[in-house]
Amino acid sequence: MSEWLTAIFISPFLDMASGPIFFAEVVISGLLAGVMYSMVALGFVLIFKASGVFNFSQGVMVLFAALTLVGLMERGVPLWLALLLTVAVMITLAYAIERVMLRQLVNQDPFTLLMATIGLNFFLEGTGELLWGSNVKKLDVGIPEDSLEVAGMLLNKFDLIAAVIAAVLVTVLAVLSQKTKIGRALRAVADDHQAATAVGIPLTTIWVTVWAVSGIVALVAGIMWGAKSGVQFSLSLIALKALPVLILGGLTSIPGAIVGGLIIGVGEKVAEVYWGPVLGGAIENWFAYVLAMVFLMFRPHGLFGEEIIERV
Amino acid sequence: MVGMNGSQPILQVEDVELSFGAVQALIGVSVDVYRGEILAIIGPNGAGKTSLLNVINGFYRPQHGRIVFLEKERPKHFRPYQVARQGIARTFQNVALFKGMSTLDNIMTGRTLHTRTSFLSQALYWGRALREEEVQRRRVEEVIDFLEIESIRKTPVGRLPYGLQKRVELGRALAAEPELLLLDEPMAGMNVEEKEDMSRFILDIRDEFGVTCVLIEHDMGVVMDISDRVVVLDYGRKIADGPPHDVRTNREVIEAYLGVAHE
Repeated sequence: MSEWLTAIFISPFLDMASGPIFFAEVVISGLLAGVMYSMVALGFVLIFKASGVFNFSQGVMVLFAALTLVGLMERGVPLWLALLLTVAVMITLAYAIERVMLRQLVNQDPFTLLMATIGLNFFLEGTGELLWGSNVKKLDVGIPEDSLEVAGMLLNKFDLIAAVIAAVLVTVLAVLSQKTKIGRALRAVADDHQAATAVGIPLTTIWVTVWAVSGIVALVAGIMWGAKSGVQFSLSLIALKALPVLILGGLTSIPGAIVGGLIIGVGEKVAEVYWGPVLGGAIENWFAYVLAMVFLMFRPHGLFGEEIIERV
Repeated sequence: MVGMNGSQPILQVEDVELSFGAVQALIGVSVDVYRGEILAIIGPNGAGKTSLLNVINGFYRPQHGRIVFLEKERPKHFRPYQVARQGIARTFQNVALFKGMSTLDNIMTGRTLHTRTSFLSQALYWGRALREEEVQRRRVEEVIDFLEIESIRKTPVGRLPYGLQKRVELGRALAAEPELLLLDEPMAGMNVEEKEDMSRFILDIRDEFGVTCVLIEHDMGVVMDISDRVVVLDYGRKIADGPPHDVRTNREVIEAYLGVAHE
């Protein structure tokens, strides 16, 4: 018994201390994976902040964007043009969603809006497959895949580049929506549609902007994940990995999405490497969810989310 | 009818018809609002008072009739935010504040109309956006001073008692520096003291800022005290329009609204 306790509570930490470079390598690879989670979570946060809608279709938007890009490239469209076209498609999609779906649902219960996004989920999934087929596609955007040695640590170049791109994107969005009136307008719309229009905030513009931006974030996430693991249906399931990130960070916080992603990325890598041998492998698969459960019990609004106060 | 200063009305609602399916909410209602007056709309429940406010601020589009504001006829497909931009602000019957935000942030949203920088320019010219924020903040502090809510500046509005929430909502509407302020039951659910405060604020808003007010109110004492003119609605029709005293003694109003007098 005591041997087992030692294996859980003491030896992993001894291992970390005895091999600092290896530990750093694990942490960094965790951070890099975490940034990718953050990027998916960010799409959710943007839309939730601006419409109080939990966008069930965020994962499929990632898939749809990646499919469109690959589909265009397969038809011989050069990468830069395919990128531009996909961005245009995502913006058009945002416009269509506002026109066909959101506009009809102004002032409805958030739950109604959630149901609508579930519908959107199936619609996008079907349309994507209809247009571009359902087999696994390889996405090559020309980012090098080889390793790089930094201070004795082996790091994957692709991961590094992906992390830099994600970091830039996340910073720009965080700064934009955290300060000044844009952020306030977004939160106003999320809180009360009617009151927001009554103070002169144009719902349409806000919604189209936000859905377009989150569509573009979905495209970036789709490119990164797609280039890593191929563009296929399972890409939409990375949305599931974003859920614990949201619970950790809080649904309404952009910095929360980032920190949440990083904690989960690092946590699951470290747990896998150091506790995997004792507890059995595949910790990576469930670690995030267990952590999310703990958070739900003790801090349901997440690290940075808004505490919701209901008066009775 | 001649205006208070013999002036043109600031708002003309002309022969408005509004129905939802078979329910007729407003039937041929015409109301003129003159600059600088406090106009009370009264009537029994379901008389169409809130519907009329919703028509004025653009939430509802009437099937028939015209609305002229500041001598400009409102186009058919005008949206509520465009009406807000013309200078009409409002509060709601059930307090529609942005619950997660502080008092300050709520009132700042009222300044939306007066912020010139767009999304893109905020992204590109960081410094200008910050300066703009400072200017807006100063105006908002004036509103906060005026309404005597300095101490709850940073409090999330969800935590405030109802009476104060109503005051914050008034602040948000006022921050927009409107020409016309629509107040939907500004004193509902308040105690006597709170009602007195609110009455004073409404009178001050008119006297100090020259804002024209249209309010819906059930408390007849308040209506008689603060309004210059009273419009009475009943079953979607206007049944009286005049100074408080005349309306109070109008036979039809007494029957419809106050019940038949037993003497």
